[in-house]
Amino acid sequence: MAKITYTTHDNKIYTINVKNGLSVMEGAVQNDVPGIDADCGGGMACATCHVYIKENWLDKLPAKEDGEEDMLDMAFEPKINSRLSCQLIVSDALEGLEVTIPSKQS
Amino acid sequence: MIKTDVLIIGAGPTGLFCAHQLGLIGLKSEIVDNLSKVGGQCIELYPDKPIYDIPAIPECTGEELTNNLLEQIKPFNIKFHLNDRVEEVKKNQNRWSVVTVNKKEFNVSSIVIAGGVGSFEPRKFSIKECEKFEGKSIFYSIKDKNIFNNKTVTIFGGGDTALDWAIELSNNCKINLVHRRDEFSGAQASVEKIKKLHSVGKINLYTKFQLMLIKGSQNIDSIIIKHDNETTKEIKTDYLLGFFGLIMQLGPILNWGLNLNKKTIKVNTENFETNQSGIFAIGDICSYPGKLKLILSGFHEGALAARGCFKYARPEEKLKFEFTTTSKLAKERLGIK
Repeated sequence: MAKITYTTHDNKIYTINVKNGLSVMEGAVQNDVPGIDADCGGGMACATCHVYIKENWLDKLPAKEDGEEDMLDMAFEPKINSRLSCQLIVSDALEGLEVTIPSKQS
Repeated sequence: MIKTDVLIIGAGPTGLFCAHQLGLIGLKSEIVDNLSKVGGQCIELYPDKPIYDIPAIPECTGEELTNNLLEQIKPFNIKFHLNDRVEEVKKNQNRWSVVTVNKKEFNVSSIVIAGGVGSFEPRKFSIKECEKFEGKSIFYSIKDKNIFNNKTVTIFGGGDTALDWAIELSNNCKINLVHRRDEFSGAQASVEKIKKLHSVGKINLYTKFQLMLIKGSQNIDSIIIKHDNETTKEIKTDYLLGFFGLIMQLGPILNWGLNLNKKTIKVNTENFETNQSGIFAIGDICSYPGKLKLILSGFHEGALAARGCFKYARPEEKLKFEFTTTSKLAKERLGIK
């Protein structure tokens, strides 16, 4: 279990305890956090679960696979700290992770 | 006005197989799709990627799957309406009237929505000013490449479309290629060609840059791009091309009075009918408890929806359950002698 904080583009804050094994995307979708669409259902085949990671977390997360970076090319306003939240699997190590949700997914 | 039994929206694998199932039970169908080719996500997103979970096919690519489905529905002479999108759906007595963007009209007894996650549209630049230049100096697809001759064209993107056009247009124009990172997702051969063209001065490369600002009133004068390290650069350019892939928009489907759940349409699992009688939804676009977004689920859903369409198309008849191995009628419809 890890406590994850999702901040929407209009600064609404959702802090959720997400079970280990779920993705950061699932943690949001299952708890009705707005702004994460996840059209493809977590298959790294779209870029609609795009989030920005708080800087101090960037190098603590597992590295991106090639496919993730390719999908991020198609995301709305990608930045250096962009990730697809479906590719971040929750474990105790993610306790305290903070992500921000972009103003749009598509 | 086209009068037929069923209009299928979406020419992905699910829509194609549903046309097959409709054909087998003797119903006529036509298919509308927003893209220029048949195959849906299989062709648009992963034509070369192998798929491993189609029953009885250990491995096939998105393109092979599409071609096999087209072969399978050949006996039914299905008519396709590509590059078109259904705009309006209206009840017309006990049938449905449908109008597309290209003003084609259909009169059908039922509609099967096999629309995936909506219609594909190009992802655009996120800067608001881009809208006023769209279609004049900003393009997301190319219809006539000659308009760029002897001009400066700035291409954004790192996939095959961006690279292919950069290479092609570098013959007759000055090219700037801008991408948000150093790596390109396009084919390796194209990446090498780009680097070669860059080294001989035919293409200017700006990586780790993104669009920040556009200058110009009627036409674009120049743009300002921003590096990851926050430094900026101004480039003179006549045209901007954005190739950021496609996004999926539900579009007009939202206005058809369907029971929606986020971006999906709620259906019953008996025949995949929606809350509107005579409108069915199958494949990725439908939702019900336990829904799996797999191609094989779409096939199953299509088979049942086809039977659901029968009662609207042939209200006086009773549908007899038959196997293709033994049914004379099915074989006749398949053109097997």
